[in-house]
Amino acid sequence: MSVLTGRAPRGALLLTLPAIAVLLLVMAVPFGVIVLRSFAEPVPGLANYVWFFQTPVNLTVLARTFTIAFWVTASCVLVAYPYAFAMSIAGPRLRLVLIMCVLVPFWVSGVVRTLAWVILLQDSGVINRILLALGFEKVRLIRTQLGVTIGMTQVLLPFMIMPLYAVMRGIDLRLLQAARSLGAHPVKSFFQIYLPLSLPGVFAGATLVFILSLGFYITPLLLGGPQSTMLSTLIQQQVLSLLSWGRGGAMGVVLLVATFGVLALAGPFMRRRYQISGGSR
Amino acid sequence: MTRFRPGRLLLQLSCLLIAIWLVAPTLVVIPMSFADRKSLAFPPQGFSTQWYANFFANPQWFGSLVVSLKIAAMVAVVATIIGTMAAIGIERLKTRAGGIIRVLLLTPMIVPGVVLAVGIYAVYLDTRLVGTWTGYVLAHTLLAIPFVVIAVGANLAVFDARLETAAASLGASRLTTFFTVTLPLILPGILSGALFAFVTSFDEVIVSLFITSPQLKTLPVQIFSSMTRDADPTVAAVGSLIFLATTLIIGLGLIFGLRRRGA
Repeated sequence: MSVLTGRAPRGALLLTLPAIAVLLLVMAVPFGVIVLRSFAEPVPGLANYVWFFQTPVNLTVLARTFTIAFWVTASCVLVAYPYAFAMSIAGPRLRLVLIMCVLVPFWVSGVVRTLAWVILLQDSGVINRILLALGFEKVRLIRTQLGVTIGMTQVLLPFMIMPLYAVMRGIDLRLLQAARSLGAHPVKSFFQIYLPLSLPGVFAGATLVFILSLGFYITPLLLGGPQSTMLSTLIQQQVLSLLSWGRGGAMGVVLLVATFGVLALAGPFMRRRYQISGGSR
Repeated sequence: MTRFRPGRLLLQLSCLLIAIWLVAPTLVVIPMSFADRKSLAFPPQGFSTQWYANFFANPQWFGSLVVSLKIAAMVAVVATIIGTMAAIGIERLKTRAGGIIRVLLLTPMIVPGVVLAVGIYAVYLDTRLVGTWTGYVLAHTLLAIPFVVIAVGANLAVFDARLETAAASLGASRLTTFFTVTLPLILPGILSGALFAFVTSFDEVIVSLFITSPQLKTLPVQIFSSMTRDADPTVAAVGSLIFLATTLIIGLGLIFGLRRRGA
C-alpha cells in the first residue's frame, strides 16, 4: 500500500515519533524542569509564587508586559487592516510588490532589524531630526515604552497582515456591490458586511501578535530602558544574574500560563467566528 | 465609482507609508555600514569599507559566521527529514490524533523564547550540552520543525493520494512508490521547508544566547554582544551582508519555487 493512504495508523504514528521525541526532549523536559524548580528551589512550596505576586516591581512589570502587548496588537490591527485590504483588491503585480514589502523585514535577521531601530530612534536619530526639521520638539524615543512599542509593532506586523490577507482574499466583493445597489451607503456597507466578514482574520492575527508580544525579549532589551522592562528580561536577570532558578522559574511559569491562557480564551472564540462567517472551515 | 476616489487615494497613500515603514528600517543599516568613524550616528559621515574588512579579518566575527552556517546546514538536514516524516505521518493519520500531533509540533513557534531558553539551559547544564554543536543543533531543530511541518503539510494537502494507489496497483513497492511518485511531487514543499529551517537556525538568538560559550558562538550572539558593548558599525556591515545573502537565497528559492509550480 502507499505511504499516504496506508492502512496501519501505527506506521503513521511511527513516522511522527522522531519529531515528538525532539519536542519532548528539548521542550517538554525543559518546561518540566522550570515548573519543578519553581516549586522546589530553594525550599519546597509556593514561596516563589508568593514572592512574585507580593513584590510590587514584578506586578508593575507584569502589567506593563500586558499593556505593551495590548498597544502593539492594537497598532498592528490599525496598520495592517488597510494594507491587507489593499493587498486583497490589488492587481497581481502590485500585490506581489505589497507582499514582498511585508516579507523583506520578515526574513532579515531579527537582531539587525532591532539595530536599525536603535539607529532610527536614538536621540540624534532620523526620526528626531525629521521632527526638528518640521518644527516639532524632540521626543525621547529610545529607552521608552513608546520606542519599544514602535519597534515591536514593525517587527510583528507581518504576523498580523498575513492572516488578515488570507481571510480578506476569500471575501466576495460583489457583496459590497449588492449592498450598494440596494442603496446602502459605502460606509454602512463596510461596517455591516465587510468588517464582520474580515473579523476572523483580525482575531487570528491579533491573538498571534499578542502572544508573541508577551514573550518578546530582544527588542525590549535593546530599545527599552529600566522604565520599559518586560517580563522576559526579568526572567533572564533572575536566572543569569541572580542565579535564582526558583524565582526565575516561577516567573517563567507565569508567562507560560499567560500565553496559553490567552490562546485558550481566544481559541474557541476564533473558531466560532469562523463558523458564523462560513469562512475557510 | 467617482464617490470612492478620495477613499482610494487615502488607501494608496497609507499603504505607501506602511510599505516604507516596513522596508526602510531594514535598509538603514546599508549606508551605516560604510561609515567612516566608529559611531552609529545617522546619517553616517564619510565613506570607508573598513567595517567589512574588520568582519572578514576578525576571527570573532568571521568565526561566528562559519559556526552559524555549519549549524544552520545541519539543522536544515535534520529538521527537514524529521519534519517531513512527521508531516507525512500527520497526513496519513487524518484523525483527531493527527490534528493534535500537528498542533503540538507547532507550539515551539509561539512559546515565549526566554522561558524555553531558560529551560533548555537548565537541562543542558546537567547534560553538559552548553556550548556544543549537538546542543545548538537540537535546540534549533525544535524551533525549525514547525516550519517544515507547515511547508510539507501544505504540499501534501494538495497531493493526489490516488497516484500512490495507482503506482501500488501497478506493482510498485511502498519504498519505490515513495521515492518515484510521492517524493518528487512534494519536493517543492520539502525544499522550502529546508530553506525555512536554515533561516530559522541562522537567525535564532534567544536560546543561543543562553547556551553559548566563548569557544562556540553563533553570529546572532556575536551581533547581540557587540551591540550591547559599544557602537561598532561592523554590526551594520554584517547586517548588510546578511540582508544581501538572504535576499539572494530567498529570491532564488522563489524563482525555483515558481518554476516548479509552473511545471
